Amino acid sequence: MAKPEAAPPVTQRQTVWLAATALGAFLPLAPWLPGWLNALCLTGIVWRGWLLWRRIPLPPGWLLNLLAVAGIAGIGLHFRNLFGKDPGVAMLALFLALKLFETRTLRDATGVVLLCFFLILSQFFYTQSIATAALMLVSVTLATSTLIALQREDVAPRAALRLGGSLLLQALPFMLLLFLLFPRVSGPLWGLPADAGRGLSGLSDNMSPGSISNLSLSEAIAFRARFDGKLPNKGELYWRGPVLNNFDGRTWRMGPPRKNAADGVADKGDAVQYEITLEPHNQPWLLALDYPQRWPADALLTSTWQVVAQKVVRSRQRYTLRSVPSARIGLEEPAYAKREALQLPSTGNPRSRELAQALRARSPNDLALANAFLGRIREQNFVYTLTPPLLGVDTVDEFLFDTRRGFCEHYAAAFVFVMRAAGVPARVVTGYQGGELNPVDGYLTVRQSDAHAWAEIWLAGEGWRRVDPTAAIAPARVENNLAAAVPRGDPIALLARPELDWLRSARYRWEAVSNAWNQWVLGYDNQRQMALLQRLGLESPDWRTLGALMAGLGGTLMLALAAWTLNQRQRIDPLLRQWRRFESKLVRAGFVLHPWEGPRDLAARAAQALPRQSEEIAAICDLYAAMRYGRVIDDQPLDELTRRIAAFAR
Amino acid sequence: MSPIARLVEAFRRWGVRGRAPEPVPILLTQRRVYVLPTKAGLAYALTLIVMLVGAINYTLSLGHVLVFLLCGLGVAAILGSFRNLAHLSILPSRCEAVFAGQDARFGLMLHNTRHHRRYRIRLDGGEGVSVVDEIPGDDGIEAPVLIKSRKRGWLALPRVTLETVYPLGLVRAWAYAAPAMRCLVYPSPASEAPPLPEGSGQQQGRQQRPGGDDDFAGLRPHRPGDPLAHVDWKSAARLPDGALNTKQFAGESGETLWLDWQALPAALDIEARLSILTRWALDAHTAGLHFGLRLPGKELPPGDGEAHLHLCLEALARHGEA
Repeated sequence: MAKPEAAPPVTQRQTVWLAATALGAFLPLAPWLPGWLNALCLTGIVWRGWLLWRRIPLPPGWLLNLLAVAGIAGIGLHFRNLFGKDPGVAMLALFLALKLFETRTLRDATGVVLLCFFLILSQFFYTQSIATAALMLVSVTLATSTLIALQREDVAPRAALRLGGSLLLQALPFMLLLFLLFPRVSGPLWGLPADAGRGLSGLSDNMSPGSISNLSLSEAIAFRARFDGKLPNKGELYWRGPVLNNFDGRTWRMGPPRKNAADGVADKGDAVQYEITLEPHNQPWLLALDYPQRWPADALLTSTWQVVAQKVVRSRQRYTLRSVPSARIGLEEPAYAKREALQLPSTGNPRSRELAQALRARSPNDLALANAFLGRIREQNFVYTLTPPLLGVDTVDEFLFDTRRGFCEHYAAAFVFVMRAAGVPARVVTGYQGGELNPVDGYLTVRQSDAHAWAEIWLAGEGWRRVDPTAAIAPARVENNLAAAVPRGDPIALLARPELDWLRSARYRWEAVSNAWNQWVLGYDNQRQMALLQRLGLESPDWRTLGALMAGLGGTLMLALAAWTLNQRQRIDPLLRQWRRFESKLVRAGFVLHPWEGPRDLAARAAQALPRQSEEIAAICDLYAAMRYGRVIDDQPLDELTRRIAAFAR
Repeated sequence: MSPIARLVEAFRRWGVRGRAPEPVPILLTQRRVYVLPTKAGLAYALTLIVMLVGAINYTLSLGHVLVFLLCGLGVAAILGSFRNLAHLSILPSRCEAVFAGQDARFGLMLHNTRHHRRYRIRLDGGEGVSVVDEIPGDDGIEAPVLIKSRKRGWLALPRVTLETVYPLGLVRAWAYAAPAMRCLVYPSPASEAPPLPEGSGQQQGRQQRPGGDDDFAGLRPHRPGDPLAHVDWKSAARLPDGALNTKQFAGESGETLWLDWQALPAALDIEARLSILTRWALDAHTAGLHFGLRLPGKELPPGDGEAHLHLCLEALARHGEA
């Protein structure tokens, strides 16, 4: 019923809607906020709903202000900063919870919903998984329904949700269009705050005993690779990461990066081309198969054959590379590079140094020396394990002569130490080895558990030669995977165990879906967009083409949707349709219809107004009245009515 | 008038296609419905821009998805509001006469020609807003437009703005309509009027009334038009269904009162006279008197009841009409 309009304060039901929306925006974010803030916000939202439901008056303003100040202070203390991504998100959540207490008018309420949209966006800082996207849809549906409830406060919850869902369904085609065609800008518009890439795991620029075995427990994906042709042999899958040259007695570190003098390796015919989708690891280096021939334009090749990007990798990146596994590198290595590769601390590890001298004396050349060392490891019962004992001061000595249990970093470090002590240039290379082919989508998945450390020695006339001491003690590590190489009972990740085949195949499938999501939704960038448009037949699409395409398609889409929503015309009763036709004929004859008039009154009046057709009018009106209000069994009178009305002359 | 106000006015005239009043029924066709964002809609757009910048800066692909989904929602809101108003048909309905100074209530029949329900349509005649909460599909509902009446005579319904921000409040769809419709405005009854002219005009066998006209003089069957105050409610329960008695008072029967323009002091102007005559007519009707009205150039023979009162008031309202 119509009623005079009242001022629009927010009603009880509307506030419950708002609280639900706030909850929907806040809950997906909760795992990334500090616990005390979660408790505060959750209490705030639930408390507001409760007060309202029981119609208890709001708490006094000073209490809310106190809470706000305390909350901000807490955020400042917790993050040691108030400006940045994390404290910003925390602040947003706090404001949302407190704003609910201050929502009096419809305008405030709309503001709360907009704030919720911001909060929904901010959860993507932390996760962009498929589940997150599904949660986002739930939150947005809730927010849309709340906007509806703000307009019609008496709306039934189900009706509001249904209408909200239907509006979002209408929004979907526009979303798809904009997503595909909106010109993508790569990279940030301005500097990101310092905390943008916190909490990412991966290789680091140094290695000490235990650092890689820790990483090996993680099933997290480091990167995925897709090869254009045949997959190289498993034994060739050495993904090169940081090369560690400097040793201080305990920790190996990366030297200062220098540009490579050679411009990649020469093609030897067995080059492989592949695309890597690298997970963010908050470090500048990119992983590349040994030895890189082509690398992305915005990266450079260092003198130690690492591919390093200009910026730290803080978001998932996709790049294409070409490598030649059989290439020889560093044939003419400058003297300073060899000097660097011989650097050792002046003291420490005396037994290893002695061993080096003994091996030197026995071996005719450097290669024989290296093999002598590897033979020694093979013959004395060394153990390859994920849980090596802790080492004291002289790590190499203790490992080689006392514990004899270690993971790849122990073997690589000991090998390089002894080689250097014997005067052979050597260096530690960290990276990943192997990978797992996902049979579902053909991507090679490399996990953190594939992290590996190996060594390179420089031989005159050959250059740098890869030596993997781990292969000497545990060949299965290189040929198969970690689970095959370590003793049973070592705490390897659950899914790496060979006995859980069914679980693994389920995981392959899930990871293929998730990879498709990463490649096509999360990784949809400038290049993907261009590639897609070129496949659609656009030669060189620029932003102007995109704009025109977007406007054209968007307009078409809108017209189509408008036509669909506006022309949902009901199936009109055939009798009524005929009557309307008759009425419009009368109107065209200059007759004025009165909405309150029934057929008989109309007939009487029309007969007066149009005396020449009075008989016909009376017949039509009688027939209509009989059919509309009398008992009619068959459709035969309808045909007659149709005929008469069609014949009715204006 | 400022240039902007003039522009707005020109737009409004164009909005009803220059024909005011328009022939009825008025169908709000697609060409007559306009849409623009509301303030909330502008805030929404601004939010989306900020969110888009954030999504680009942090390369949040799902952020792009969210922003574009909300853009699409904005488009859906445009269509939703448009659809909520377009193809609404407007017909004049009841409009009861009022006294000058009161709000004239123009009833407009809003007929939903479509199958879907419409909600929250605001009608604004320029002086206050009324809201229709819901119009079911293929159905009509009467909505009032309240216009303050200022002077007696015919009051035409000014141009009405119909608008809606439903469903999301982000987009306002509106249309102008000026249905041909008018309301009779009686003169405002004078608050300080001379007492009813006892003995003025012709007296037809007027009798002595020792106790004034409040003296109860018996009951007669109720006739439509008898003042409600004179209905004998106490006896209603004893009578058969629906039958009522009217109390008669001494001095009521057989007496005719003339409300005469000429009887008023010559110093009064036209409106003051009309105002006093209106007051008299109302008082005489309330008292259940038999009265006639004499205006320059018009005489209404004595009578009583609501219909007679209305005739008198209409004559007063339309006095001097060209």
